[in-house]
Amino acid sequence: MKWDFIDEYEAWAFKLSLGLIVVFFVAVVGLAALKGIDVPTCVTEFKPFEKGELVQLGPKEYQLKLLARMWSFEPREIVIPAGAKVTVYTTSLDVQHGFEIEGKAVNLMTIPGAVNKAEIVFKRPGEYRIVCNEFCGIGHQTMYGIIKVLPEEEYEKWREGSR
Amino acid sequence: MRIERYLRNVTFWHMMVGILSLSVGVTYGLLQVLARAGVYKYGGFVYDTKAYYQGLTLHGVLNAIVFTTFFIVGFLYIVTEVSLKKKLNRGLVYLSFFTMLIGTLLAAWAILTNNATVLYTFYPPLKAHPLFYIGATLLIVGSWIAILNTVITHLKWRKENPGRLTPPPMVAVHAVYAVWFLATIGVAVEVLFFLIPWSLGLVKSINPELARTLFWWFGHPLVYFWLLPAYLAWYFIMPRVAGGKLYSEPMARLVFIMFILFSVPVGTHHQFSDPGISNTWKAVQAFLTFMVAVPSLLTAFNLAASLEYAGRVRGGNGLFGWIKTLPWGDYRFAGFIAPMIAFIFGGISGIVNASYNVNQVVHNTSWIPGHFHLTVGTASAMTFLTLSYILLEKLFGKKPWSKGIATLHSYLWLAGVLIFSWGMMQVGRAGIPRRTHLGLSPYIGAEEKVFMIVSAVGGTVMFIAFLLFFVNFFITVFKRPEVDSEEVDLEFAEAYHKEDGNLPKVLDNFKFWIALAVILIIVSYAPVFFDVFRATYGVPGAYSPFSPSNLIR
Repeated sequence: MKWDFIDEYEAWAFKLSLGLIVVFFVAVVGLAALKGIDVPTCVTEFKPFEKGELVQLGPKEYQLKLLARMWSFEPREIVIPAGAKVTVYTTSLDVQHGFEIEGKAVNLMTIPGAVNKAEIVFKRPGEYRIVCNEFCGIGHQTMYGIIKVLPEEEYEKWREGSR
Repeated sequence: MRIERYLRNVTFWHMMVGILSLSVGVTYGLLQVLARAGVYKYGGFVYDTKAYYQGLTLHGVLNAIVFTTFFIVGFLYIVTEVSLKKKLNRGLVYLSFFTMLIGTLLAAWAILTNNATVLYTFYPPLKAHPLFYIGATLLIVGSWIAILNTVITHLKWRKENPGRLTPPPMVAVHAVYAVWFLATIGVAVEVLFFLIPWSLGLVKSINPELARTLFWWFGHPLVYFWLLPAYLAWYFIMPRVAGGKLYSEPMARLVFIMFILFSVPVGTHHQFSDPGISNTWKAVQAFLTFMVAVPSLLTAFNLAASLEYAGRVRGGNGLFGWIKTLPWGDYRFAGFIAPMIAFIFGGISGIVNASYNVNQVVHNTSWIPGHFHLTVGTASAMTFLTLSYILLEKLFGKKPWSKGIATLHSYLWLAGVLIFSWGMMQVGRAGIPRRTHLGLSPYIGAEEKVFMIVSAVGGTVMFIAFLLFFVNFFITVFKRPEVDSEEVDLEFAEAYHKEDGNLPKVLDNFKFWIALAVILIIVSYAPVFFDVFRATYGVPGAYSPFSPSNLIR
């Protein structure tokens, strides 16, 4: 295809637009790789489950099996120490839901018949709100939960108390 | 060009079904934005939670599917006849209209009786009444008949005009319909092979992730189906309204061809947060999404150059002097420039959404409706309303009852949508979800509430602007015509840089580009479906939105 059908200015507009877009894309994907902030990928090693729970795998290492159902998360309240690394697996027992953690770049669709996965490190203590962000029926607006990230000493005290 | 009375009337009824649907849709929009802010508590006006989500379903389906499809099909009939100077097949025009109308009525019945409160994405295993899916299918099949009619007419024109290039507005018509046809294949497969048999109870199992993937094959190119007819108006009608010419015709042709090529293989950028699709292919489709931004950037260049040309013809000087001399007080200019300004912000926020991991911050939050009320909710919708005034004048000799009101409501709507979207985007960035009856949510903070009230103010302004349009438009409809002639001229703009015989032949070969688009779709979607099939399962389930119990067990 010969490009003399557009004039000089138009050719510049074309090159600049294409250049801008390529720069944007390289910046976004490059930073994603550099900072290790990625989108969820295809998970085949984990099958859909029917019970939600938090399992401690090691010091400060957790596996969260998060189950979404109309209209609550299971478990609804999660308590972990600051600095904990949590691997979340999530699925749904009934319809499609969403799982989003406020202030974290974690946003997972929770789909029946599929398992979604994310790895999250909670450095800063505080209360992180989790909300369902996909319409799941008439109780959707009340579906939320909380992740409490406690400073280490406080977490130890809490664990003593909860035993 | 002489347009027969039947086609003028049918086009009028396409507009009418569209605008009446939109009127119902925007009324629910107002109630939603007020209910979200908690300004307006449910109960006062039969508006409980059930009604909130029913209204939300109506708002999406009526505004984004019924209004747009009817308006676009009707408008493109006129563009086709005027630019090709050839008649469409009358029988097919009627067949298409009534198929679409029956489909719409069936789906509307299901939604109005609360049997299809599944929102406009109808994700399974939330189940709607079978008539909802069948109605949606008929609406799409009806639009396919319009495509068939248009293609037949164009092929006849080709035979009678060997060697002539397709007129530029007709290139845009082909882009709209090529994108629509390729896109609707995805949703047709979803609905015909999975949702209808499952909703009828013939099969018990459904794979929700597969359904989502097929839906978004359709769901994103759908936005170019909304946008491209607005581009058609901005390229070929707006420059003459502004008093100038289209800057570059070859560039316009190139842009519409690029849309045919890149519009469809981009759907998984709505599924960045989904399980069962590898992030490599999410990144590939993110890149292809970025590629569709290129023709939009070229459009910004071409239209800005056209506006500058018009401004200078009207006596504007200096670097920015030409902006002042544009006809800001002309209701048609106002009705095109306001949506173009909204689209600048809409396009930029769209790049944010497409940006792979950045999407994690905004996915399914209020940011998203903030974005698309700037694009389809203003760039497309307001352009279509402006075209409705123009069509009433061109087809029936009825000029707007009040040109002042027509100018005013365009700018008012722009102000409203900018306020509305700003509020929505602010709460979205704070992680507040979309499509949620937030007035009843226990988790809303005080600061978020403030921005939800900002959105309510913007939404109210938009509603007032629409009300002004509604009154002005219907008074115009019932006016006596000033002139009644069968001659219709849409006054397409001339080009400043005309095509002068050196356009590569391949740019006028639609079959070639559609074939290339199909190859691109196969290459970019085959691995996605491979992943979905190996990582996700069908589930035996069907749920009403009103109860957590499985309807199948």
